[in-house]
Amino acid sequence: MANRIPRVPVREQDPARRATNFEEVCYGYNDEEARLEASRCLNCKAPRCMGACPVHINIPAFVARVAAGDLAGAAAVIGADSSLPSVCGRVCPQENQCEGSCVLGIKSEPVAIGKLERYVGDWAIAHRDELPVSPAPRNGHKVAVIGSGPSGLACASDLARMGYEVKIFEALHKVGGVLVYGIPEFRLPKERIVAEEVKSVKDLGVEIETDVIVGRTLTVDDLLDREGYDAVFIGTGAGLPRFMGIEGENLNGVFSANEFLTRTNLMHAYDDSFDTPIYTGRKVVVVGGGNVAMDAVRTAKRLGAEAVIVYRRSEAELPARKEEVHHAKEEGIEFRMLTNPVRVVGDDKGWVKGIECVEMTLGEPDESGRRRPVEKEGSNFVIDCDVVVMALGTSPNPLIKSTTEGLQCNRKGCIEATEDGATSREGVFAGGDAVTGAATVILAMGAGRKAAAAIDSYIKSKPRQ
Amino acid sequence: MFEIVSRRDLSPNITEMKVKAPRVAQSAQPGQFVIVRVDELGERIPLTICDYDREKGTVTIVTQTIGISSAKINSLKQGDAFTDFAGPLGRPSDLLELPEEELKKQRVLFVAGGVGTAPVYPQAKWLKEHGVTADVIIGAKTKDIFTYVDEMRKVANVYLCTDDGSEGFHGMVTGLMKDLIERQGKQYDRCVIIGPMIMMKFAALATREYNIPTQVSLNALMVDGTGMCGACRVTVDGQTRFTCVDGPEFDGHKVDFDEAMRRQSMYRDNRKTHPETHNCKCHG
Ligand SMILES: Cc1cc2nc3c(=O)[nH]c(=O)nc-3n(C[C@H](O)[C@H](O)[C@H](O)COP(=O)(O)OP(=O)(O)OC[C@H]3O[C@@H](n4cnc5c(N)ncnc54)[C@H](O)[C@@H]3O)c2cc1C
Ligand SMILES: Cc1cc2nc3c(=O)[nH]c(=O)nc-3n(C[C@H](O)[C@H](O)[C@H](O)COP(=O)(O)OP(=O)(O)OC[C@H]3O[C@@H](n4cnc5c(N)ncnc54)[C@H](O)[C@@H]3O)c2cc1C
Ligand code: SF4
Ligand code: FES
Repeated sequence: MANRIPRVPVREQDPARRATNFEEVCYGYNDEEARLEASRCLNCKAPRCMGACPVHINIPAFVARVAAGDLAGAAAVIGADSSLPSVCGRVCPQENQCEGSCVLGIKSEPVAIGKLERYVGDWAIAHRDELPVSPAPRNGHKVAVIGSGPSGLACASDLARMGYEVKIFEALHKVGGVLVYGIPEFRLPKERIVAEEVKSVKDLGVEIETDVIVGRTLTVDDLLDREGYDAVFIGTGAGLPRFMGIEGENLNGVFSANEFLTRTNLMHAYDDSFDTPIYTGRKVVVVGGGNVAMDAVRTAKRLGAEAVIVYRRSEAELPARKEEVHHAKEEGIEFRMLTNPVRVVGDDKGWVKGIECVEMTLGEPDESGRRRPVEKEGSNFVIDCDVVVMALGTSPNPLIKSTTEGLQCNRKGCIEATEDGATSREGVFAGGDAVTGAATVILAMGAGRKAAAAIDSYIKSKPRQ
Repeated sequence: MFEIVSRRDLSPNITEMKVKAPRVAQSAQPGQFVIVRVDELGERIPLTICDYDREKGTVTIVTQTIGISSAKINSLKQGDAFTDFAGPLGRPSDLLELPEEELKKQRVLFVAGGVGTAPVYPQAKWLKEHGVTADVIIGAKTKDIFTYVDEMRKVANVYLCTDDGSEGFHGMVTGLMKDLIERQGKQYDRCVIIGPMIMMKFAALATREYNIPTQVSLNALMVDGTGMCGACRVTVDGQTRFTCVDGPEFDGHKVDFDEAMRRQSMYRDNRKTHPETHNCKCHG
């Protein structure tokens, strides 16, 4: 029986070595490994994996094609629902989605759907020239996309395929959103993967203008009125970092994870040929337990520091992908669970010299269903360190909201939009983290594609002028 | 790419450049800034918009050589181009929010020091265009390093001071402020101070004594300039604010200058930006 084959392990860079470089941790499957792993799939009649995939990729169908060696076919199956397989294969929290529901996981290990998706995505990048690109004939309508993260890229490429003239406006100098400024090179290679995905969007005829901050350089209304766009998609993400509001947070040596990661990833501070500096000190404490915290702490380690995670709940509640936690531990990251900072301690010159924390215990479950961390009184202690990185989550930047009249946002600053992306403003659509708050690449990508379909029907339903 | 259409030296280490950036020129307002990158390896460096020409699509910047990045900027020639020139960023000056009637009655004092003179210019010019002639104090160590004086004289009443007395009032800007207000009996409804952090701190202390509402333009460290990183955070009235989106201008009587100065000097001893002073006690 096929499922007697154990899950095929994936080759990875040695932990001791990779903790000193920025090259990708995971090498991925080769052809043989991928076919063997794919052969484990039972091709279920009612595939649970598919139901648990946020964009409902036909997983058994693509896996069957991998098993048969038909990679173009596999790419086409995934392509029907996802435009970023090489990215999502690497960064999706598969254990909570497809793989978490795979029937094989009940008795043994689930099919390595993520690794197979990555394999197919990478194959497609390498064989892009052989795959048909069919930019549709131009239909005479223009759509502006704000933000070049996964939601914007997905929305733009779908619209271009339908024949729209699409232009993406990006605030930063580089295209890709969190994929280029947040998620590190060692998890998601920038040139080999992200730049290739961007190139394929451009090959469809999508134009990209960087250095345009919508709300400042021009407004949503300028795009509609002055620049003649029929519709606008807002995919500006949730980039505003949160701080704890504790004493000492503005000492020299305290960073948001966004700053720490942006200096390293977007600005290449770790590479001496680039001008942007970064301060890493000798010991870095990262506060938080999500993917962002894992990325920051592993980056600190690679920059040569001793690196520690401080998280107020227990390990079971860590919201990061399981694989990242596992990799971080292999790389020698210290985890201090049930620990919550109360103050950053500075020296007489105003630089960080430690972080004062309290021990926590888990009490009754809160609204989120997770057990609420409660402070153990009098348990205060100081961890010596010279850098503190706050990875506490982010919220949408208020710039677009404050410069676009009539655009409804909720209490948390997220743009209010329907399931298919329509906002309170006619012709203005939104999706991704800007709508949901910080979420995932796959959800952002899915939202961009839904909005593209909605924009198409909106424009088609408008009376011709 | 954003071409440098003209360039001139204002002093041995300060240059003025007009850069072709039609979108920025179209939307720029006094008080705002841009973030530039010289090349693919460059830092994102914030610079104040010192003037703009919407018709020609150009934006004027004035840069003082401080370290690696500003030196790189000042080594560019006419015809060269910036890889990136993003903006306008930050909030426009508060002056722009005043109702026309109130604006007309305003008696405004600008205090400029060092490379802060050029950034005062667009505000003074804007006021002039709106019927208000402001007083501008320009301070310098010595007369040879004054910049933008002729330009400023066209749009405002200029008062010069030098630390060494080589031109104008002999003393610092705070001394000249005192002279104007106490000896010459001048009265002001508001004051805008732009210059080195230490100068802004003391000039703001002075205006507090005279009870003149005061704005200062903070030059915090920045990375993105869009509110994404928090590198630029400062404390104003006990609250953390992001200079790039909530500023750069803040109430000068409420800014925690000591913290702002400390944070600004963060990379002064960095291996990459200042190898000469870096004594390797860390990995940064
Ligand atoms: C460090 C980190 C690690 C993560 N790890 C994972 C992971 O492992 N798995 C996972 O699924 N998700 C992960 N996420 C979350 C995921 O990256 C996001 O959910 C996803 O990128 C959201 O996509 P988006 O298109 O909505 O926005 P973003 O990717 O945030 O892109 C928004 C873009 O819009 C631009 N922009 C913003 N405002 C403006 C404006 N006014 N004008 C013009 N452009 C503007 C921004 O510069 C940015 O480029 C991680 C996030 C971070 C920060
Ligand atoms: C809103 C704003 C407007 C500004 N306007 C002007 C202007 O019109 N003309 C001008 O000459 N300068 C201006 N500055 C300051 C200018 O950005 C710095 O002089 C420049 O970044 C120094 O870089 P460097 O590599 O040459 O110096 P270094 O001292 O080598 O820099 C080391 C690091 O610190 C940062 N840094 C150092 N000093 C400052 C500073 N004062 N402000 C911000 N970051 C700093 C640099 O970006 C770099 O990352 C402005 C700054 C801000 C925030
Ligand atoms: S649930 Fe698992 S075994 Fe069933 S189709 Fe999906 S991947 Fe294959
Ligand atoms: S410069 Fe990054 S938030 Fe202000």
